[in-house]
Amino acid sequence: MRKTSQYNPEDRNIRLYEAIFKLVLKGAGVIMVTLLVALLVTILWQSWPSIREYGIHFYTGRKWDPVFKEYSALPFILGTLATTLLSLVIAVPIAISLAIFSGFYVNSGFLASAIRTLVDLLAGIPSVIYGFWGLFILVPVIRKLELSIGIVPYGVGILTSSIILAIMIIPYAASIGRDVITMVPNDLKEAGLALGATPFEVVHRVVLPYAKSGLLSGVLLSFGRAIGETMAVTMVIGNANFIPGSIFDPANTLSSVIANEFAEATDPLYISNLVHLGLILFVTTTIIGFLGRAVIRRWSVNR
Amino acid sequence: MNRVAFRLVKDLGFRIYLVASTSVLLIPLGLILYYIVSNGITVINWDFLTSLPKPPGVLGAGISNAIVGSGLLIGIAGALSIPFGVAIGLFLNEFSETHLASAVRLCVEVLQGIPSIVIGIVAYLWIVVPLGGFSAVSGGIALALMMLPMVVRATEETLKLIPHSLKEASLGLGVPYYRTMIKIIVPAGANGILTGVLLGVARVAGETAPLLFTAFGNPFMTVNITQPVNSLPLIIYNFATSPYPDWQQVAWGASLVLIIFVLGLSLLTRTLIKR
Amino acid sequence: MNKHILEIDRLNVSIGADKIIKDISMAFFRKKVTAIMGPSGCGKTTLVRCINRMHELIPNTVVTGSITLYRKNIYEMNPIMVRREIGMVFQRPNPFPTMSIYDNVIAGYLLNGIKLTRSEKDTLVESSLAKAGLWNEVKDALHRRGAFLSGGQQQRLCIARALAMKPRVLLLDEPTSALDPKSTAHIEDLISELKETVTIIMVTHNIGQASRVSDFTAFLYLGELVEYGTTEKLFTVPDDKRTEEYLSRKFG
Repeated sequence: MRKTSQYNPEDRNIRLYEAIFKLVLKGAGVIMVTLLVALLVTILWQSWPSIREYGIHFYTGRKWDPVFKEYSALPFILGTLATTLLSLVIAVPIAISLAIFSGFYVNSGFLASAIRTLVDLLAGIPSVIYGFWGLFILVPVIRKLELSIGIVPYGVGILTSSIILAIMIIPYAASIGRDVITMVPNDLKEAGLALGATPFEVVHRVVLPYAKSGLLSGVLLSFGRAIGETMAVTMVIGNANFIPGSIFDPANTLSSVIANEFAEATDPLYISNLVHLGLILFVTTTIIGFLGRAVIRRWSVNR
Repeated sequence: MNRVAFRLVKDLGFRIYLVASTSVLLIPLGLILYYIVSNGITVINWDFLTSLPKPPGVLGAGISNAIVGSGLLIGIAGALSIPFGVAIGLFLNEFSETHLASAVRLCVEVLQGIPSIVIGIVAYLWIVVPLGGFSAVSGGIALALMMLPMVVRATEETLKLIPHSLKEASLGLGVPYYRTMIKIIVPAGANGILTGVLLGVARVAGETAPLLFTAFGNPFMTVNITQPVNSLPLIIYNFATSPYPDWQQVAWGASLVLIIFVLGLSLLTRTLIKR
Repeated sequence: MNKHILEIDRLNVSIGADKIIKDISMAFFRKKVTAIMGPSGCGKTTLVRCINRMHELIPNTVVTGSITLYRKNIYEMNPIMVRREIGMVFQRPNPFPTMSIYDNVIAGYLLNGIKLTRSEKDTLVESSLAKAGLWNEVKDALHRRGAFLSGGQQQRLCIARALAMKPRVLLLDEPTSALDPKSTAHIEDLISELKETVTIIMVTHNIGQASRVSDFTAFLYLGELVEYGTTEKLFTVPDDKRTEEYLSRKFG
């Protein structure tokens, strides 16, 4: 009479599958953590010969010259700083005005979605294509510029890389900025407008002060992005392993020198030095990423 | 009165500045698309898509091996990162409050922030060195590491949005937990997970840096995952930086193919999100 | 002899540091409707959730005591089996959005991987929908998704889904709280019909509803079982002062 019994699957099987399923999920979690720890250990382990051999000199020397076994990260650290900071100088004002425009002035309707699509399209273009385009279109333009002001017309170099890098990080920075600005409470904006302030005054006196630290974290995260960016920079920076003297000079960044030399490096110490550069990249981008996310988290909790 | 007029002028000026700086973005985008389309379109035809690259000066060069190689690399990356990523997403959703979950979230966040070139180094040390040579599988693993955080994020975020009542409905019918997850919760979030996967594919399809010393590139066609393979971004990089104009032409063509694929995917994803 | 189908013995439930259910013992009659009422936060939802072990979804829940279904302790059974014997309908209608009406009714079988022949499915769907009073309204749209149904229809679909599993006990957790008065009346009529086939335990915050549809009523207050008896007695001559106060306050 009991119909339950006829389709009653074995109790034990269900318990078993249940246990296996939970084990698989937990296992995936454990593997994820192991993977990252292993990744970190690998990089540290492989940089160890370089750290032991060069120590602090790796950060103070002036040259990277594999032929004479002279290795210093300093030219690349400076090259990276110069390129990324310059690119931020170009990108941040544009990104913030884009964020204000699409987060405050037009946050709905056709124009808003058009801007969003535009930003997404720019963000979707692969790095190597930016580099390719930069090499063939931007480099000749910069070369002409350099000729006209009477300096060595390399075309490639820090300025060119910064411009390409700026174009690449604007979409990223702008979309964080837009999110931050749309999170500013509407009551505040409306209160400002209701007091007779013009939209510009509301942006200037209400929105920006309120969104300040959120925007700062956007800048930080973009900075981290720019530091790690490789291909486009590699293609237009000129690959010079010495400390750059001006923004028109060719140089190398941490990532571009790895991209250029890793596949050809044969000497174990040479490889270790390149991994050491990777370690610097890893550590700085991780720290900057943490800072950026911590700021934005605190900001969105406290608002 | 004058003051108000002045304020309004300032506001107008600000608006003009905003519109102008937005249009500044249009210029590079327009230029990039213009150059790629106008240069690429002249080389793309059926033969271009189906023949192998040729030495400089030889007519009839193509990118078939790069297309196949890109497919192979994305396939390996997807096969590894999608099931693993979905499992981690499920884990985070289910064991949300545990210490392990916080550790996993931290790891996913860190992994997402690691520069792609560093991922390439790791894949080289993990796979290329033990195998004794460059290979598709090492490239695929590098790309999988890049895709993984996106799949995890998409899964976790999507599952968070699925109403709890759905889970209750299923469990209340005496459906075991694992079946509830597999048959109700994951399918209910399929759209969101798929979106994450497609965004991940769109991202890794254009990645070059992690492939430079893993997949490495190969002038010939191969589907052997233990051999080096070519890929679209690799052929663009290698040919664009070469001194030969006909190779550069091939790079423009490859760029157009890649950009159609990547932007097509991201447009597809947008329509999925709207649904 | 066997008038009691389900017996609760010295049940204590706490979630974290909060004691939700304090030492409740009661027995439910077979094929009757028992209403559990009380002010919100009195633990009535927790109590019914313990009956089919849905409380296990809430972390940090500690349960002591026992609940027996035909003398079998449900805490010694597999929760999955318990839930197949004791069905549940929730506050808000929750049909599976991706399934057709037909598949929703037999969802318990589909999801559990229980194979049914075509004709078994057809009869099961028809009889369950008929019992839930929904057959005539949806028989021409069985293979459409349930999204176009009204809230009340969706809730009856959920009842049909629970009935299709042929449970011995059906738990209704404030089944009409999200519905309009007309749908509520419909569901109340349905409950009176359903007790022919299944034992019903219903949580309600609506005193009128308890008096209209139930044979027995239990009054819970702050996690304690204050009074339990036939609905008629409880509503006319309650033993406990608190019951009286609760009833009179609610009735104005």
